[in-house]
Amino acid sequence: MTGESPATCLVVDDSRTVRKAARRILEKLGFTVAEAGDGAEALTACRSSMPQVVLLDWNMPVMDGLEFLRAARAEFGPDHPIVVLCTTEAAMEKIVEALGAGAQEYVMKPFDEGILRDKFVQVGLLRDEAA
Amino acid sequence: MTPESFAFIAGVVKSRSGLVLTSDKGYMLETRLGPLLKRDGLASLDALALKLRDPRSSALADAVTEALTTNESSFFRDGKPFDHLRQALPVLARARAPGSLLRIWSAACSTGQEAYSIAMLVQELNLEGRRVEIIGTDIADSVVARAREGYFTQFEVQRGMPARLLVKHFRQESGRWRVSPELRAMARFERGTLLGDLRGFGRFDVIFCRNVLIYFDAPTKTRVLNALAAQLLPDGVLYLGGAETVLGLTDRLAPLAGERGAYGRPREAALAG
Ligand SMILES: [Mg+2]
Repeated sequence: MTGESPATCLVVDDSRTVRKAARRILEKLGFTVAEAGDGAEALTACRSSMPQVVLLDWNMPVMDGLEFLRAARAEFGPDHPIVVLCTTEAAMEKIVEALGAGAQEYVMKPFDEGILRDKFVQVGLLRDEAA
Repeated sequence: MTPESFAFIAGVVKSRSGLVLTSDKGYMLETRLGPLLKRDGLASLDALALKLRDPRSSALADAVTEALTTNESSFFRDGKPFDHLRQALPVLARARAPGSLLRIWSAACSTGQEAYSIAMLVQELNLEGRRVEIIGTDIADSVVARAREGYFTQFEVQRGMPARLLVKHFRQESGRWRVSPELRAMARFERGTLLGDLRGFGRFDVIFCRNVLIYFDAPTKTRVLNALAAQLLPDGVLYLGGAETVLGLTDRLAPLAGERGAYGRPREAALAG
């Protein structure tokens, strides 16, 4: 980690299995992890305690990932929280849409530890390890 | 596998690639060569070693060497050399005549991630009219062909590369991602070994030769470093992997002050040209 105290990551996904898999990897990478099952829960969580980064699924009931992203950018501004999409949506135009709406990074599922680590390096929350 | 079989396979691989397989690499041989054994209906690594003794088995020897030397690769692997290049390339460009061609070599290019990372970086720099040519070489035919085509899986494009660069420089083609024609036009890929005569590749402003020397014994490291130094222009930069060094191996290259992994020709040599 780049900071002294562990950064908090809010994992937002309607699949409990995906949340568990992401939590296992993120905790190994040194993050403190919180979970939310949809965009509305995630917004509530951000209002009560702002995480450094949100790992965000796209397709979810109640409020989807892009709706959350637009609401979060309107309410909290462009830089906080850092948003990394993490979704089965893998079309070029979806990635462009998410980056245009203010996401910092984009993960196409399935993901593994290597991919998550690289993406969190790119958003500046992890140090690049020498090869 | 008998020690004799291991030594024979290791000998074949060393003579073709320079890769030194120490005796603790038995497990690596089993995992990397398993698919090849299956393909050729060979029961064991001993059977493979026996077949390699046949002088007509040179295609098989190539395939064995390829399977053992292909590395996992990612874009912008270990960001430091790329950060350094972003500063160094405009300086090198200004030292060249307007309109001249800067040459960058990705030695041991594997499937092309390093060469295309360099191309993406170059596209974001203002080199005041100097052009850049990137040459990737690798001893393995199959990876050179892949690098040239520029297709990457969804998994590969997510290793080391920001999404911003993915959407800027890649096109989606039926589930795979292909490097844009503009980037492909900047890079050329050919088969080549670092153990042969390097003079045919010409002189370079920048050479990337990362995570290759670690596989060589000390005399081979020295030979390769001296040959690379001879192809490097006097003010050029050589990048080695994080675990590699020139210290104690050659005095024709020296670490650049304050930089890790970046090397140049010592000043005396530079003045002598
Ligand atoms: Mg979902």
